[in-house]
Amino acid sequence: MQLEFSPEEIAFQTEVRTFIAENYPENLRLVQDEGHDLSKEDFLSWHRILAKKGWIAPAWPVEYGGPGWTPTQRFIWSEELAAADCIGTMPFGLSMVGPVIYTFGTPEQKERFLPGILSGDDWWCQGYSEPGAGSDLASLRTKAVREGDHYIVNGQKTWTTMAQHADWGFFLVRTDSDAKAQEGISFLLIDMKSPGVTVRPIITLGGEHEVNEVWLEDVRVPVNQRVYEENKGWTCAKFLLAHERTGIAAVARSKRGVEKIKEIARTEMDGDKPLLANAFFKRKVSELEIDLTALEFTELRSLAGVAAGKGPGPESSLLKIKGSEIQQRITELALEAVGHYGAPYFRGFGEGDNEHPIGPDYAHRAAPTYFNARKTTIYGGSNEIQRNIIAKMVLGI
Amino acid sequence: MDFTYTETQDMIRETLSRFLADTYDFDSRSKMIASETGRDAGIWKALAQDLGMLGAAFSEEHGGLGGGPLENALIMEELGKVIAIEPYLQTVVLGGGALKAVGGAVADAVIPEIISGNVIIAFAYAEPQGRYNLANIRTTAKKDGASYILNGHKGVVYAAPWATHFLVSARTGGSGSETGGVSLFLIDAKSSGIVRRDYPTVDGFQASEVYFENVAIPSDALLGGEGAGLPLIEQIIDEATVAVCAEACGVTLKLHEGTLAYAQQRNQFGQPISRFQVLQHRMVDMFMEVEQSKSMTTMATLKLDLPAAERMAAVSACKAKVSRAAKFVGQNAIQTHGGIGITQELAIGHYFKRATMIENQFGSADHHYDRFEKLTLDA
Repeated sequence: MQLEFSPEEIAFQTEVRTFIAENYPENLRLVQDEGHDLSKEDFLSWHRILAKKGWIAPAWPVEYGGPGWTPTQRFIWSEELAAADCIGTMPFGLSMVGPVIYTFGTPEQKERFLPGILSGDDWWCQGYSEPGAGSDLASLRTKAVREGDHYIVNGQKTWTTMAQHADWGFFLVRTDSDAKAQEGISFLLIDMKSPGVTVRPIITLGGEHEVNEVWLEDVRVPVNQRVYEENKGWTCAKFLLAHERTGIAAVARSKRGVEKIKEIARTEMDGDKPLLANAFFKRKVSELEIDLTALEFTELRSLAGVAAGKGPGPESSLLKIKGSEIQQRITELALEAVGHYGAPYFRGFGEGDNEHPIGPDYAHRAAPTYFNARKTTIYGGSNEIQRNIIAKMVLGI
Repeated sequence: MDFTYTETQDMIRETLSRFLADTYDFDSRSKMIASETGRDAGIWKALAQDLGMLGAAFSEEHGGLGGGPLENALIMEELGKVIAIEPYLQTVVLGGGALKAVGGAVADAVIPEIISGNVIIAFAYAEPQGRYNLANIRTTAKKDGASYILNGHKGVVYAAPWATHFLVSARTGGSGSETGGVSLFLIDAKSSGIVRRDYPTVDGFQASEVYFENVAIPSDALLGGEGAGLPLIEQIIDEATVAVCAEACGVTLKLHEGTLAYAQQRNQFGQPISRFQVLQHRMVDMFMEVEQSKSMTTMATLKLDLPAAERMAAVSACKAKVSRAAKFVGQNAIQTHGGIGITQELAIGHYFKRATMIENQFGSADHHYDRFEKLTLDA
């Protein structure tokens, strides 16, 4: 065991740090600093730069377009991205459906879909949750009925993140209504421009349009867009959920979040002293930082296990629970830190509106971000479900 | 000892509750907020003229019902139950509170106008650098013959866009956070030299940044003695803090009720999620927080007339507890609802937003624990 990076790893760190410094889009930095919502083009501008460099899919095998990095290199990469305040890449193609396709897909499916995920030409969304199937995902009711070379799909999905931009979606649908809950489900890739697909916005508490309802009415989906066997889609779903959970600890980004809290608390005044000199506030920052260190080393131990050929197993639920709680606490502290200026409601600039928003820059999004972060203990399998998983799979009770 | 309400108090609560049930359903509230002025002025008028509600906490000599903090608390609790955006806290509790405390000609002139719904007061006290320290004031009022000249910037002044009058704290002497040299003024909101930047707040109100640029105000706008305003400000902020705790009681009660109802009708894994013990215990914990909030608010309301040090300790104890309760109940209401709790479509999320803003209004839990300790522990 050792903590220090090797000389090669340090060289790699320097390389990626330099690359980010030289290539991160300047206009994106501005959009972030002023607290605006990111447009599709904003996301894609950074995506394309990474795609061109060959660094867009760090976790993918080399044969499908991954850079062939070790787990330590991937760790360094995510640390550097977060430290430089880079926006994240959309996970739906790169971290979710991509790995499902290269693991379970046919050669034709790999050839057809993987390049578009890497290049960013295809924007993906995830059709999993339904109004009646949240934590109990396997109770989903969207139906696909076989008709010759097609499935006819009918149903409603919800919480479909960024579906308003999506070219493609991966959907869990029921292909056998008589089978037990998990057994009659198939995994379909659906062109979001197909007739019968309707995307309706859901506006969340901070005023954001991130998630959507997706209605499917007699949507015709070619059978060759089903991944893996009919009625075996739950296998893909479970595989994908485990993948989703590993990144969900968000350690690197939370580290940056803690640093930002410190920056705010050095600037905000509490009487004649900076807020960071307030013993109560300081203690909360320390508690957060120490809990984050515990999470970080839990994740590193888990990664070491993966590198040694184990898991990601049910212990990734621990990463999800603690990671999401920490993300929420960061937004809580940020809101607390900005004091009175948490109240003004800022929704970006209107057309031709050059007025500067109210209060300091770091305060604009404090409340909406806090409201929005409540989702982290709900999505990707709520934290209640994650605790059930640990109880059952780890503790055996 | 008696914790029951009088007949008049019961009547106030019932009348208001019925009126709000008719006028403040979730859709109507959303429409008010989305309208150009961000409110429905007719409701304020009705509260004043049809219900006589704005006089509940004023003396009979001023045309009121002779009530005080208890009436304010029960009205605020009812307003909290519908997350009303009426400027009752600002106008009656803060503005009216200051006028009741100083009395005299200005009180005789303005209080009847509050009661009749013609006057709306916004309290411009917070400053960007001041956080929750009421004495940390840079706004100045310089004596100039028979008037004062007001200069400075007040931040996040709730209800300012609707106000006919501003209650303003300013320095007539001293500097920094000195307790002396602070004065309180009640001025016409249309006075020349006042510049506002208006904006909505995350919890549905309207507020402003208010800039005073050489605003000339008559010397009779001064409430209380020159330079001796801080104790008065502390008193009315304490009264408002308890009132906002009462509002929190209404808000968290509804958060809890809404969560309980949702959990009983939301089915997952073949049964209502209310059957899961982990959620049952959570909803029990929420219930206990709501009950304790009511207890602390009752305690602090009844102690508002004690000498300053005892009053402050009671108010801080109350706010520290209620701030924590508002966070706990709000967060768990959303968690128990799941994704639907984070949307604008359901009322529950809007209750959560108000609960969140109440946490820090007039001081965070930390601020109040600190003040409580200074008053009760420091040897």
